[in-house]
Amino acid sequence: MSFPWAKEYQPQNGFMQWMDERLPLPRLVYGAIGAGYPVPRNLNYFWNFGVLAGFALMIQIITGIVLAMNYAANTAVAFNSVEYIMRDVNAGWLLRYLHMNGASFFFIVVYIHIFRGLYYGSYKAPREMVWLLGVVIFLLMMATAFMGYVLPWGQMSFWGAQVITGFFSAIPLVGEPLREWLLGGFVPDNAALNRFFSLHYLLPFVIAGVIILHIWALHIPGSNNPTGIDVKSEQDTVPFHPYYTSKDGFGLGVFLIAFCSVVFFAPNMLGHPDNYIPANPLSTPAHIVPEWYFLPFYAILKAFTYNFLWIDAKLWGVIAMFGSIALLFFLPWLDKSPIRSASYRPLYRKFFWFGLLPCIAVLGVVGAMPAEGLWVPLGQVAALYYFAHFLIIIPMISYFEKPEPLPMSITESVLGKAETPAVGATPATA
Amino acid sequence: MVRPLGILVGLGFCMALVFALVTTVWTMATTPTEDPKNTPYFWQQEPRPANLPSSGPFAQFDRVQLQRGFRVYKEVCAACHGLNLVSFRNLEAIGYSEDQVKTIAAEWPIQTPSVDPNTGEAAMRAPIPTDRFPSPYPNEIAARAANNNAIPPDLSLIVKARAGHEDYIYSLLTGYRDVPAELPEALRPGVGLSYNPYFASLNIAMANPLTGEGQVTYDDGTRATPDQMARDVTAFLVWTSEPKLENRIKTGWAVLGFLLIFTILAYMSYRSIWAEKKGR
Repeated sequence: MSFPWAKEYQPQNGFMQWMDERLPLPRLVYGAIGAGYPVPRNLNYFWNFGVLAGFALMIQIITGIVLAMNYAANTAVAFNSVEYIMRDVNAGWLLRYLHMNGASFFFIVVYIHIFRGLYYGSYKAPREMVWLLGVVIFLLMMATAFMGYVLPWGQMSFWGAQVITGFFSAIPLVGEPLREWLLGGFVPDNAALNRFFSLHYLLPFVIAGVIILHIWALHIPGSNNPTGIDVKSEQDTVPFHPYYTSKDGFGLGVFLIAFCSVVFFAPNMLGHPDNYIPANPLSTPAHIVPEWYFLPFYAILKAFTYNFLWIDAKLWGVIAMFGSIALLFFLPWLDKSPIRSASYRPLYRKFFWFGLLPCIAVLGVVGAMPAEGLWVPLGQVAALYYFAHFLIIIPMISYFEKPEPLPMSITESVLGKAETPAVGATPATA
Repeated sequence: MVRPLGILVGLGFCMALVFALVTTVWTMATTPTEDPKNTPYFWQQEPRPANLPSSGPFAQFDRVQLQRGFRVYKEVCAACHGLNLVSFRNLEAIGYSEDQVKTIAAEWPIQTPSVDPNTGEAAMRAPIPTDRFPSPYPNEIAARAANNNAIPPDLSLIVKARAGHEDYIYSLLTGYRDVPAELPEALRPGVGLSYNPYFASLNIAMANPLTGEGQVTYDDGTRATPDQMARDVTAFLVWTSEPKLENRIKTGWAVLGFLLIFTILAYMSYRSIWAEKKGR
């Protein structure tokens, strides 16, 4: 695929030779994540997070399959079946805490992965498809996580499902019938719990499928790198194995230490106490909040409080919340700067560090807070910046920005100018 | 085309937010601020630490304390609060022998619903070790009727189901106070309610359950002060919420030890593989 100097798979023995002629699966793996995939030599630790996300998905699928053997998707017994897992199933508490916190850590690594893409311009040509498929994966993850959170049938499960499915009722005319059709009832009940369980089991495998497309699309142009400039020669790259497999092994160790510290020593830190109360449709919790990874989007939803242009504020909020993710689909064409990496884009870099990141952090905090007092205008200012950043600032910024000089090659950026042998001296443009 | 459209859509969202922001600020500026003393927040108190051995990175249970706590549950709490996720047999984990558990179950003051083996009619029988702790009320209506329309929550998961966890439970149990003189009329406890600044609404339907020293007789000679009883029963409820806590902590240290060695080895192999590429 990617580069002419990519090593070709050589079967090591007769059996592998036989296999290669009939089902070249080892050849595929060799080219995808083995020595046959040349990768820029200058990747930093932010490039570990793609592999970590794949690993987090595997943790979720494996623990999830075993949990499903003991879970019962019925509103009468769902809550107690989770407690049965926690108390009576061998190592059930471990499986359940791994799965519960695994979702959070999946989102942590995926968010870092996304922001790495935003910072180093990995969404730009020729990697638009990689980015688009990534946004699809993100949406599928959100759907899966939401439905998974409903399964224990605690108070936040029920009321979260109530609020989120309520979004559909904001759609004019068809909203309320649509919501009832999706739920199979007027409120989340047994029908909803059963279909959520079914879909929660299905979607992770859809995610795995889209990940294969994501990696396939990545291997056509090859990986981006912190300079954002193109690979020019063989010395700009190293084979994925053993160079990046070893680095990913170390990254995986650090990730697992962080993950296991939470699983074993603070497993309920990222959860909400109310979800240890069985669902009760007659008692509304004081504050309904989603899981932490949805908080920024929840804050955007809550920020729209005015019936602008005679459109209901609730509908504005729902459109904006979905729009805040949907706009990522258009990002490769909203950003016209030919420079990929923010390391050479002084203005974009400033807006990233001092605009986008604080804005997301504020939205996250506001999302967790009740909609009262100063939290409301603060959330509105942050939401305003969010849309301005992606839809106004990024499209316009390339007119005013004067990029900083790019290195001649990836090798030069690693070794410095003096030691770099002159190769294919075309001026570096991204 | 994408960019002009994007900017247009962006301006649409931003205008909607500007209008929302202006109206919010305008409403805030024109609405007189409420005296904070009129909200429960002003009177609420942060939970005090329960200082139990079951918290922190070296958490463990003090089984003698859990048995004292069980005694408090049995003699005080169990009259109104169930423990429907815990079986009598589970008590072996806090140090009771199989025979002791049989006796505890057989002598339990509340009977378990059953069926008369001869007539098939509904009946009651003494619990056996495999039974869950029987609920003190046959149903919710009975629970409400007996408690001034408030349902005493089941205590199996209470520590994990409340913000502040064991600190909150301990503080609540020892938090009954006289009503402050300057407390506004609207926040004062109504009929059948008690003032407790650790409770969200300040007024709780549960009367002070731990009223005086010696309410429970401890076998191990510990003085049964209200503070001691509150601490002990909280420790017991930490166990009912998270019975596998000690397994978790022990496994956790073993896993972290393994991962640390794995990570060091992974780092060394990473460094040695990259040694010649790093240059300089």
